[in-house]
Amino acid sequence: MADVKLRDIRKSYGATEVIKGVDIDIADGEFVVFVGPSGCGKSTLLRMIAGLEDITAGTLEIDGVRVNDLEPSRRGIAMVFQSYAIFPHMTVRENVAFGLTINKVSKADKEAAVANAARILQMEHLLDRRPSELSGGQRQRVAIGRAIVRDPKVFLFDEPLSNLDAALRMDMRMEIGKLHQDLGASMIYVTHDQVEAMTLADKIVVLKDGQVMQAGAPMDLYHNPANLFVAGFLGAPSMNFIPVSVTEVGPDTVTVSSPSLDAISVPRKGRDFTTGQTATLGVRPQYLRPVGADAGMLHGTVVLTERLGSETVVDVKLANGSKIIAALPQDMVMSPGEAVSFTFAPDQAHAFPE
Amino acid sequence: MATISADNHGLRLAVRYVVLTLIAVIFIFPLLFMVMSSLKPSDQLLRDTASLRAFLPVGDIGFDNYTDAFSRAPVGLFVFNSVLVTGVTVLLSLFLCSLAAFSFAFLKWKGRDLLLGIIIATLIVPFETIAIPLLLLVSKLPWIGLEGLQFGWLNTYRVQIIPWIADGLTVFLFVQYFKDLPRELIEAARVEGASWWQIYRRVVMPLAGPVLATAAILKFLVMYNQYLWPLIVVQQESYRPVMVGLQYFFQLDTAWGEIMAYLTIITVPVLAFYLVMQRAFISSIASTGVKG
Ligand SMILES: Nc1ncnc2c1ncn2[C@@H]1O[C@H](COP(=O)(O)OP(=O)(O)OP(=O)(O)O)[C@@H](O)[C@H]1O
Ligand SMILES: [Mg+2]
Repeated sequence: MADVKLRDIRKSYGATEVIKGVDIDIADGEFVVFVGPSGCGKSTLLRMIAGLEDITAGTLEIDGVRVNDLEPSRRGIAMVFQSYAIFPHMTVRENVAFGLTINKVSKADKEAAVANAARILQMEHLLDRRPSELSGGQRQRVAIGRAIVRDPKVFLFDEPLSNLDAALRMDMRMEIGKLHQDLGASMIYVTHDQVEAMTLADKIVVLKDGQVMQAGAPMDLYHNPANLFVAGFLGAPSMNFIPVSVTEVGPDTVTVSSPSLDAISVPRKGRDFTTGQTATLGVRPQYLRPVGADAGMLHGTVVLTERLGSETVVDVKLANGSKIIAALPQDMVMSPGEAVSFTFAPDQAHAFPE
Repeated sequence: MATISADNHGLRLAVRYVVLTLIAVIFIFPLLFMVMSSLKPSDQLLRDTASLRAFLPVGDIGFDNYTDAFSRAPVGLFVFNSVLVTGVTVLLSLFLCSLAAFSFAFLKWKGRDLLLGIIIATLIVPFETIAIPLLLLVSKLPWIGLEGLQFGWLNTYRVQIIPWIADGLTVFLFVQYFKDLPRELIEAARVEGASWWQIYRRVVMPLAGPVLATAAILKFLVMYNQYLWPLIVVQQESYRPVMVGLQYFFQLDTAWGEIMAYLTIITVPVLAFYLVMQRAFISSIASTGVKG
């Protein structure tokens, strides 16, 4: 167990810089998730921590020691790969014990470690099989088992569940969560699935184009996104963005309006606005409540409703042609073309300057 | 419907078997001719070539040609020499070429791609063009043996083995195969603390069955069929391989029966090798077919 520190980490392939100065602090025992769109550099960052890619510039510390130039095996990490990367010519037992065999651990210790990992992952009955005789989920367990027996300071996962089907993914997600509770080791987990990120993480790091957009506790990021990108990236369905113009800037609030939106004052959260400028107002679909046509502040016409029983998802067109989504926590009937109005609490809305 | 498609299936299967049998027969006939002829006296052998009798054990059948062949030439010695030279070369070649290819495929070093390009370029150089320079080279090379330091490698086994160990084709085959292995397998082994040698030994080579078999067969054929090189570097009978040994039968009279007997004998190691490789090939495919 150990803390991990990234200081101004950079990575270039030739002339292209793909990681552009990343600072991240990972506390001892913390579960940190890197999320971001495809190609933003999540895997590259993880592979640099693992030692599989050179660090072009910056400092990487694990447990207080600078490890930039250390071999992967000497960094105290274990990695679980997206493709599992278990050895097809070895049995499950040999796969799980591989690192111990390499390091000439005594037979008794090795057997104890393998038995322990097999017990944690409930795969005692699989130990003598070959990978070709395992399902995808079972292979993933083997890969995790191989990581467990090394007793690493830091576990690294690169999209470990992306090759599994939806149901299995949920099971394995919970198991990984439980594993973290049981082992208490630091874990760094890469995914582009925001549900995995929200449910597993102590801390989420949102990346875009090789830069950290925001880092913090899942609920912090969900309720207080620092910018439009984070606001739109976390949450499903994603946050509605309404183009507005700023009519008044107060000490703690900013007042905005648009043809579809009656003037409303929302928290400014330290962001700078000037009167008359255009801005974006973000409201999550779940926070919109339908009200009588003259009562609400957001007005539009229904385009489509999807009734899911427990929830109704409504597509609404605003006066300027842009679309928003409302997720209503009850079964409701709304017909296309019908005029609707919504209300929402001002402190659940986020204003971002253009 | 069901019966029609079943019939159809049966018919297609029958056609396939007929075609495969025909192909097998075409390939087997020369061998059959060789073996049958080796059992016949020369004059009958030549007469039989005019008819299908050439492929049948008919007429004056016996093993005289074999006893004659053994008394004309040291057949056993030649076969021993060829098997020794071929076997040692194949083993060393598989080992050294796969090691080189491992470095080309997995390690990063300056000039790597250029050097690989040069090695692959050597594929287009025919052996005949370098035979004479190579001869001049090996005739002066030093060697430390039981008798101490000597110069010149002519009339030895090593002159037939060492120049043939490394070759561009074998390296290229291994490089291609290694590059197709999942990169994450190698990385996983590195994270687990395996040294490059351990990765080679425990991860890459156990998965290299198919390319080992291919490279071994190609190398075996080249080595077992060696003719020009041993002809110019070996003058002593005691180091002579089988193909050069064939000359013994083309002297004043051409003894076709004995030639056929000799050819039959020297074909046995080839067939044995093929059978072994076929087994190894199939089992290695079975164990690596599913990637982890
Ligand atoms: N070997 C390489 N040479 C050049 N560019 C590379 C190399 N590896 C990755 N890149 C680039 O670096 C960027 C980040 O890649 P990376 O694999 O880290 O993305 P990612 O966030 O993991 O994406 P995904 O979610 O699709 O896995 C990409 O733009 C990619 O094209
Ligand atoms: Mg990735």
